[in-house]
Amino acid sequence: MHLAYPAVLAVLLFCTGLYGVLARRNAILVLMSVELMLNAVNLNLVAFDVWLRDTLHAGQALTLFAIAIAAAEIGIGLAIVLLVHRNRGTADVDRLRDLADPPPAGTPAADDSVTAPTDNGADEATPVRRQTA
Amino acid sequence: MTTTTAAVLVPLLPFLGALVGLGAGRRAPGFVRPLAVLPTLAATALAVLVAVRQGGGEGSGTAPLHASTRLADTGSVPVDLALNVDGFAALVAVLVGVVACCVQIYSTGYLRDDPRYSSYAALVSLFTAAMMLVVYSDDLIVLLVGWEIMGICSYFLVGHYWETAAARSASLKAFLVTKLGDVPFLIGLFVLAGDTGTFSISGIVTRLTSDSGAPLDHPTLIALLLLAGVAGKSAQFPLHTWLPDAMAGPTPVSALIHAATMVAAGVYFIARLLPVFLSSAAALAVLAVMAAVTMVGSALAALAQDDIKRVLAYSTVGQLGYMTGALAVGDRGAAVFHLIAHGAFKALLFLGAGVIIHAAGTNSLAAMSRMSGLTKRIPDAFWTVTVALLALAAIPPFAGFFSKEAVLGAAEHAATGHTADIPEGVGWTVLLAGLLTALLTAGYAARLWLMAFHGKGEPVPDHGKQPVAMNAVLWVLFVPTAAFGLGYGALPDWFDGESLTPTLTTSVLGTGMALAGALVMYGAWRHTSARAARVPLGAVAAHPDAADAVSEAEAIATHEAAYGSVAAAPDPADPGRLLLGPLHRHAATGFHLDAVYGALFVRPVRAAAGLVRFLDREVIETYVRGFAAAPGLFGAAVRRAQTGNVQTYLGALLAGSLVLAVAAVLVAAGA
Repeated sequence: MHLAYPAVLAVLLFCTGLYGVLARRNAILVLMSVELMLNAVNLNLVAFDVWLRDTLHAGQALTLFAIAIAAAEIGIGLAIVLLVHRNRGTADVDRLRDLADPPPAGTPAADDSVTAPTDNGADEATPVRRQTA
Repeated sequence: MTTTTAAVLVPLLPFLGALVGLGAGRRAPGFVRPLAVLPTLAATALAVLVAVRQGGGEGSGTAPLHASTRLADTGSVPVDLALNVDGFAALVAVLVGVVACCVQIYSTGYLRDDPRYSSYAALVSLFTAAMMLVVYSDDLIVLLVGWEIMGICSYFLVGHYWETAAARSASLKAFLVTKLGDVPFLIGLFVLAGDTGTFSISGIVTRLTSDSGAPLDHPTLIALLLLAGVAGKSAQFPLHTWLPDAMAGPTPVSALIHAATMVAAGVYFIARLLPVFLSSAAALAVLAVMAAVTMVGSALAALAQDDIKRVLAYSTVGQLGYMTGALAVGDRGAAVFHLIAHGAFKALLFLGAGVIIHAAGTNSLAAMSRMSGLTKRIPDAFWTVTVALLALAAIPPFAGFFSKEAVLGAAEHAATGHTADIPEGVGWTVLLAGLLTALLTAGYAARLWLMAFHGKGEPVPDHGKQPVAMNAVLWVLFVPTAAFGLGYGALPDWFDGESLTPTLTTSVLGTGMALAGALVMYGAWRHTSARAARVPLGAVAAHPDAADAVSEAEAIATHEAAYGSVAAAPDPADPGRLLLGPLHRHAATGFHLDAVYGALFVRPVRAAAGLVRFLDREVIETYVRGFAAAPGLFGAAVRRAQTGNVQTYLGALLAGSLVLAVAAVLVAAGA
């Protein structure tokens, strides 16, 4: 099989993932897109490993590592998304704007982001929600 | 005790007294008076001892006492801590000691309730030590140290009543104007040392007077530079303007520093270095013109002053002009003779003026001329001041007559061409100015006496007796004022050996001029004094029973408010106003010299200061603010990018990575 097929497939996968990361609003879909990008890389690793006829198959070994790490990563990511959804009632990336620089005092907030409680308030609220949940 | 030890102790004792007084004065108020008076008394006794052992009648045959120790080996011209006591130094030191003692004792009464008496007394002691150092020093740099310490002591003491604006500005003015002269003075000392290779006064004089010695390379330059410092210190035209204003200080300070000693230091300095000045005819001519202008101008100004102390201050300027005139005709004996006689009677006049100001409650002559009975209240001051005024007007047989005749005689000697190296024009200038000044001096002396002691009107209220310390001091100074001149026969032995005996021509001329001046003034006073009753005038101190210094401070503070000017009063009964006519307005302000200085120096300096202020506030500060504001603006721009949307950040990241990747590819492809 020619190298072009897996390579083009990898590019398509990567671009799909990139689009998902940049354009999707749902945090879970963003995480899925990240997985697509990772797997595009994995596909490249395997394809080039075969193409180069590497006796140690370093590419395939690295792919296994990447899959393991990606599994751990998606686990943590989904856990965070879950907690965010519990706290905020939404997993919408567009509406999680706590990291924005606050506008100068006196001017009303220009965007429609959720009026987030302070970090301390969130920390105190979390165990309460857990107990009720 | 050897003479050298005694001579070393003379400056040292008051210096130690000043140090202890400054350090312990506040904590041990009981010791302040002994600490002020006793070291000065001891130093005076030692100065007398040195004078007796050193002078002793053998005259110029006595070798000057000389001792030195290397102070700093500078690599080129060494600085020595050197003593040189000849007849001049010994006598001037005795004068300084006696006047300083009198002033210290007088101050114990005059400033008896003053809260700052301890620092005042310590500064007077420090001043005395510095003056003694100047008198005895043989090294120009050590002399300069004493010279500058005197300047700073004068600054502090003029500003003693620093609560009044007049005293504050007067002290600053005194300091700045004398420093204006001291800068050329310092340069002159360096040029002189460069030419002669030594800072030793006796070494320089020996080199210039011996036949084998080489002449100076730049005699005129050196003499003129030194002259600037002398004009500042000795209050000679055009740097004399600080002295009348310095009368805002306490009266004893005026007596000690601004009449008897410090202002005489410049004259003494020229007397010590006279050969340097004699080697430049141009410098002598400048000296003579300076002396003549100073004499006549200050005497005219003295005629117009209303403040009794300002009259005396201008009189001091004029008498110092006599001394510089004597130096211009090359007779340092006559100059130092007049210096000593003047020191005695002018100190007496100032101390007497302090008593008068307290008794009258004002320093204004116009106000005094509307009071009667002042002579009965203060008989001691009346008699001593009367004699001192006679001495000032050079009426025989008092001290001022002989010393002034010595000056006029020397000038006549030079004018008739009998003095080698002195141009005849110099002699004529000094002689004519001196005679004219003798007329004017007698005039203002008579005016002061008539207006102060012969007022008509309300009797002076009784403020109680003056302290014994003050009256006793007046009589102590009365002795040299009355009798010092009679020593003209013995004095040449102490000086250069030239005769100081009055010559007939100048005696008759000088005394005739003085009598004429006094008589004209008397006539004018008879004419005007009748008007005094018609124009009420006068402001007197609010606390007549307080210490003398309080009355004086109040008088100084209120003079300008009451009469419109620190110098003059709108008094039609003033005989000086009648005699001076249209000149009075100019003479009262010292011929507008202060205004000239204001236009020449003060306004340009203020304009330059305004420019610097503008540059600092508008230009430099704009840079500083810009440097602070630019990061702020940049931060605001960056803050806009901080939307909080993670996807925007990632988009920017991707775009940046793409740009980098494209750039890397382009570079790799060699495009």
